[in-house]
Amino acid sequence: MMNCYNEMLEGDRVREPYAMLSEWIETMPVEIRQMKQAEAEALFRRIGITFAVYGEGGDPDRLIPFDMMPRVFLQAEWRRLERGIKQRARALNAFLRDVYGRAEIVRAGRIPARLVYQNDAYEKAMANFTPPRGVYSHIVGIDIVRTGRDEFYVLEDNCRTPSGVSYMLENREIMMRMFPALFRNNRIEPVDQYPELLRRTLVSVAPRKCEGPPTIVILTPGHYNSAYYEHSFLANLMGVELVEGSDLFVDGGFVYMRTTQGPKRVDVIYRRIDDQFLDPLCFRRDSMLGVPGLMDVYRSGGVSITSAPGAGVADDKAVYTFVPEMIRFYLGEEPILRNVQTWTLWKDEDYRYVMANLKDLVVKEVHGSGGYGMLIGPRASKAEIESFAERIKASPGNYIAQPTLALSTSPTFVNEGVAPRHVDLRPFCLCGDRIELVPGGLTRVALREGSLVVNSSQGGGVKDTWVLTE
Amino acid sequence: MRLKITHETSYFYDPPAQGLVQSLRLTPSVYEGQRVADWTISVSGGQRGAAFRDGAGDWIEGWTVRGPVQEVVVSISGQVETRDTAGVLRGHRESVHPLVYLRPTPATGLDTALRDLAHSAQGEDGLDLAHRLAAAVTQAVAYSPGVTDARTTAAEALALGQGVCQDHAHVLIACARERGLPARYVSGYLHSSRDGQPHDAAHAWAEIHVGPLGWVGFDAANACCPDDRYVRLGSGLDADDAAPVRGTTFGTGDESLDVRVQVEEMEQ
Repeated sequence: MMNCYNEMLEGDRVREPYAMLSEWIETMPVEIRQMKQAEAEALFRRIGITFAVYGEGGDPDRLIPFDMMPRVFLQAEWRRLERGIKQRARALNAFLRDVYGRAEIVRAGRIPARLVYQNDAYEKAMANFTPPRGVYSHIVGIDIVRTGRDEFYVLEDNCRTPSGVSYMLENREIMMRMFPALFRNNRIEPVDQYPELLRRTLVSVAPRKCEGPPTIVILTPGHYNSAYYEHSFLANLMGVELVEGSDLFVDGGFVYMRTTQGPKRVDVIYRRIDDQFLDPLCFRRDSMLGVPGLMDVYRSGGVSITSAPGAGVADDKAVYTFVPEMIRFYLGEEPILRNVQTWTLWKDEDYRYVMANLKDLVVKEVHGSGGYGMLIGPRASKAEIESFAERIKASPGNYIAQPTLALSTSPTFVNEGVAPRHVDLRPFCLCGDRIELVPGGLTRVALREGSLVVNSSQGGGVKDTWVLTE
Repeated sequence: MRLKITHETSYFYDPPAQGLVQSLRLTPSVYEGQRVADWTISVSGGQRGAAFRDGAGDWIEGWTVRGPVQEVVVSISGQVETRDTAGVLRGHRESVHPLVYLRPTPATGLDTALRDLAHSAQGEDGLDLAHRLAAAVTQAVAYSPGVTDARTTAAEALALGQGVCQDHAHVLIACARERGLPARYVSGYLHSSRDGQPHDAAHAWAEIHVGPLGWVGFDAANACCPDDRYVRLGSGLDADDAAPVRGTTFGTGDESLDVRVQVEEMEQ
């Protein structure tokens, strides 16, 4: 077991952010705790928050485990994180604007052209087109881990359609319902303004040809999608329509939605479907999920699509290694949040190092997500390492490797009481006419003792995330 | 050369379609080799929506037709002043980086035979290599209509050793990319002065990006570089991506179509 930063304890001393909670845990009888846990579960079931896990058989809709013990940040800690997150979101959008325009960063030799232009996520249909306000990624989900009191690392950026914000909102809602006293006795920054901030962000990127207040919709692939609950949840909270591709159509130079009162023009589409399915006339011809002709309307200023197609070129694991460079290049600032040291296996030198040290490293697919297709060296068997090495040999360019980080732990309810479990954090940064960040995010926790994998598909749970006011 | 083009496509729907949406890349490119004197696109019963120049320099128009509709006619007519630039696409405004065109697509995916063909040619520089690759493709794939169809891949066409202009372009693109030269598919018209069959007038070729010259056209089907008999419309990673017409029809009926293309030389 490596030495990890415990967010609650420094030696024997309880750290300030957890002072009150520590007392709360100690004074809560076991029966009450068990009753409350059951109550929380029932609430989640009733609300219907589930997520889908594929490839394991059984009912794919699972309840995501909720841990009642919040994860807490001090105001000062959060301020620094906030500056770092906003800085990163600004740089990522500047990068997207640049690589779909003049590509100064490539001309300046600060990032290899190949990584940008031969990237599958680079959409040539977006070249020479600037979306409203020059924003490409309107919701940037940045996965952050902590390794020390002041040490925060960015694990990855999500510039396309990051999910999980519904958990951030629901976790808070349920905690407030179950433990109102906790919220009376602690000054905790609210997060429930998120849907309104998201709506304002979407309004602020209305297309050039929009007249009057913009009509916003959320475009979902449908109820088979693992994040469908979140799509309908956000539509509800923002008071906008949740639509599928077949509910929308192009007529002349605009997009309309079918309603009982006849067609209604749509101005901003918050899409939760992938680029390749957006429009069969521009991308995959066999897509039944999208809207034929959408991209032509978009590129002529008749509708806005958030996030912009092609935003994914900023967030793959190879481009990730250049984000600190983007921050220096576009903003002239030093990165506030650190990147994890990353070996890129298409470089001979890195390849040799990684292959010789697989047992100590985490190896990930460049385009993988959700904790699938990765190797955690220290936790893998010899046979697993060997079979993974074969996969790497077959296409080294598909992999990157990172050191195994000593993720911080946060106190978590387990059968025996409270125990430290590893956590990460995904805040959701909104980019429109302004850059906004609600104080909080989604804390994911690896519920299995010693596990470092927080993905819900791999046995992770979630927690409410508190930022204390001064 | 001043070329007069008439291009009419009639779509028939049985039972009538509930509507259609099309994205048309049917306007000649603007570069030193051609100047558009006049150009009209019309879609019967249709409404023109989006109209813009994309990053690859192509002029795109979105059209929609409300149903029910039994027949839709897409008519293009116009005149283009062309000049021989020896295939070089000089003065063409575009902003897509050439490296984008190294990406393989399903139609241009490699197999052993394509790799062998790609490596059979040697050149002193990029331009020389591109010429030799084009010559090798002309040799390897005989012009023979009716053997392949719109879905035939480069690998399949090479295995057959026969094909039409689309296949020549796909094979050449696959080989050029294998040799590290960005390559793309170009659709357009060709004025064939000698045996001018109307169905030959819609044409396709490849462009290869070479060193200081930039994009240069290669027509392996006719063993030449495009000259003033060619009218360039637009480009893409392969035939599907460069298609002059992409459309979706709403409805359950059958679609049949009739295409007439004519390219005539005008007296000066």
